[in-house]
Amino acid sequence: MSTTEQHTESPRSGTRRLGDSVFAGTAFGAAFLILVALAGVAIFLIVQGAPALGAGADDLNGKGSFVSYVWPFVFGTLWAAVIALVIATPLAIGVALAVSHYAPRRLAAPLGYLIDLLAAVPSVVYGLWGIGFLGPRLVPAYGWLAEHVSWLPLFAGPASGTGRTILTAGIVLAIMVLPIITAISREIFAQAPRLNQEAALALGATRWEMIRLSVLPYGRSGVVSATMLGLGRAMGETMAVAMVLSASGVITFNLISSTNPSTIAANIALSFPDATGLKVNALVATGLVLFVITFLVNFAARGIVSRADAKVGR
Amino acid sequence: MTTTAPPPTTPPATPHLPLRSARLPRSAPALVAVASLAAAGVLALLLGWGIIAWAVVAGLLHLVAITVWSRAVENPRAATDRFVTSLIWMALIIAFVPLVSLLYIVVENGAGQIDGQFLTYSMRNVVGEGGGIYHSLVGTLLITLGATVISVPIGLMTSIYLVEYGARSKVAGWIRFLVDVMTGIPSIVAGLFAFALFALIFNDPGIHFGIGGSVALSLLMIPIVVRSAEEMLKLVPGDLREASYALGVPKWRTIVKVVIPTALPGIITGVTLAVSRVIGETAPLLIIAGSTDSSNFNLFGGQMSTLPVFIYYSYTQPGLNPEFAQGRAWGAALVLIVIVMLLNLLARVLGKAFAPKTGR
Repeated sequence: MSTTEQHTESPRSGTRRLGDSVFAGTAFGAAFLILVALAGVAIFLIVQGAPALGAGADDLNGKGSFVSYVWPFVFGTLWAAVIALVIATPLAIGVALAVSHYAPRRLAAPLGYLIDLLAAVPSVVYGLWGIGFLGPRLVPAYGWLAEHVSWLPLFAGPASGTGRTILTAGIVLAIMVLPIITAISREIFAQAPRLNQEAALALGATRWEMIRLSVLPYGRSGVVSATMLGLGRAMGETMAVAMVLSASGVITFNLISSTNPSTIAANIALSFPDATGLKVNALVATGLVLFVITFLVNFAARGIVSRADAKVGR
Repeated sequence: MTTTAPPPTTPPATPHLPLRSARLPRSAPALVAVASLAAAGVLALLLGWGIIAWAVVAGLLHLVAITVWSRAVENPRAATDRFVTSLIWMALIIAFVPLVSLLYIVVENGAGQIDGQFLTYSMRNVVGEGGGIYHSLVGTLLITLGATVISVPIGLMTSIYLVEYGARSKVAGWIRFLVDVMTGIPSIVAGLFAFALFALIFNDPGIHFGIGGSVALSLLMIPIVVRSAEEMLKLVPGDLREASYALGVPKWRTIVKVVIPTALPGIITGVTLAVSRVIGETAPLLIIAGSTDSSNFNLFGGQMSTLPVFIYYSYTQPGLNPEFAQGRAWGAALVLIVIVMLLNLLARVLGKAFAPKTGR
């Protein structure tokens, strides 16, 4: 990344100073503590969640086993995240290109800053906005969809009267992950080799052809990993979904009805404050499932990023 | 494009070869935008559409019109280019709609709530009208302060290890990678971790206290601090370190007296941004810090209300007179947004004012 040289070896002196070894030890200890914390998350969730495997139907919402208890939530988590990404990814790529290649240079930085502000808004405020403003505004649209395109299973209806559907939750999630995907894509697009772009333009390519031929191929892996990071964020997002979605824990692809699948995170937030005994363990266990899924997604996404970085020689 | 002396076999009347192809006027996109907005506006007035339908139809009209016009005057490639350009600007506009709408709604609903009483009263023994967010404000500030006190030393020391000691070693590479992965931990999982940890330590399955919230938040905050501090430490020129070593200063004193002071403004910016990121977290505090109507100044005992949790409960469980509780939720949301925006602004100002001068 930077060209400053690293100076790892300590200055030459006869004896190793006490202060040096203490300081180095503290620094390594802090770094090690982070690894311990990461392992601790998994360990403590396993310890507290394990009893749920033996829980009965009373503590699992009437489901016979933990797997059948958690499956609808896993489905809802993935489904909501997919909806969010389908909306957010094209928008984010458009916004990233607008900031990196279309906007006048003086405008680019403020535009990027404004998009970053979207990430600064607390999730509970998004929830408030979704339930108090967006949802009611979408009711007529849902009614129209249920009337005219109900032959599509996605819009089978009956339309929700409150607008608190999984599609509304997906839209709110899309707004929340948009800044993440935009920020990473923007950075990658801005790094695309200048010479290739100028060569394309010199050969008479239009601006779009230049982007399609030289910027997008360069940025592909970055966009993929940005999308995966957005996926991780969308799956872990709690409050916006918990507030917006009127969930009943069913498995359905219907986007606009009032019976919606719930997500793992939202279910924990909604049920945890009133849960006791084994129900707490069951919720912690679903949290562990969420942790594993998001960890894998993030792991893969970061892997792609660092591979791409290595390729570019950063 | 240029031709040398035409070969004698070609007919003398060579067809006129234009060097410039026809172009739309520079103002074409703006003209088409205005025209399609007007056309869709007429339709909207006639058919009684809402503002959303109007905007959608205007956008589609604009896309079709600019493409067709460009295809007629210019060429298909230019038409595609104009189509994509319009699409990309529309994406930018669409992305700003929620931001503007959200800020507007929160200010509109929340501004009327905020007065002296709202900021200085707790919700103790308040039913219906009145009361305030003092208890939540105190809780939010204390818990975030706790998280900062935990995160900054750990995060800073880790970044020092990564830059000054670990550098290119394999261990440092793995730590860097895992810190990146850690930024993606869902906030609710951090809350569950703090709960599971303290429930085991204190053997109390219903544990609620403020410092647990700080631990949960610091799990989310540490990766942000590490990454930003690492970037800043890397920017410190190697010459400064070498000059210090040459004077016989031990490495640890070089780091404390030379490297950190040089990078300090950037580190402060990073920490401020990290604070602004976690101060609005709801889910972990819902689980481990709980909620209460009274002010609680003790991080180590009893439930503690925070602004985000207060907003959540006021809106979703408003009690007997929903309009008052929901009004308070909007007011608290406005206060929270103002705090976050101020922190963001502060971070930018600090970053601008003290930006290290490098060639990048």
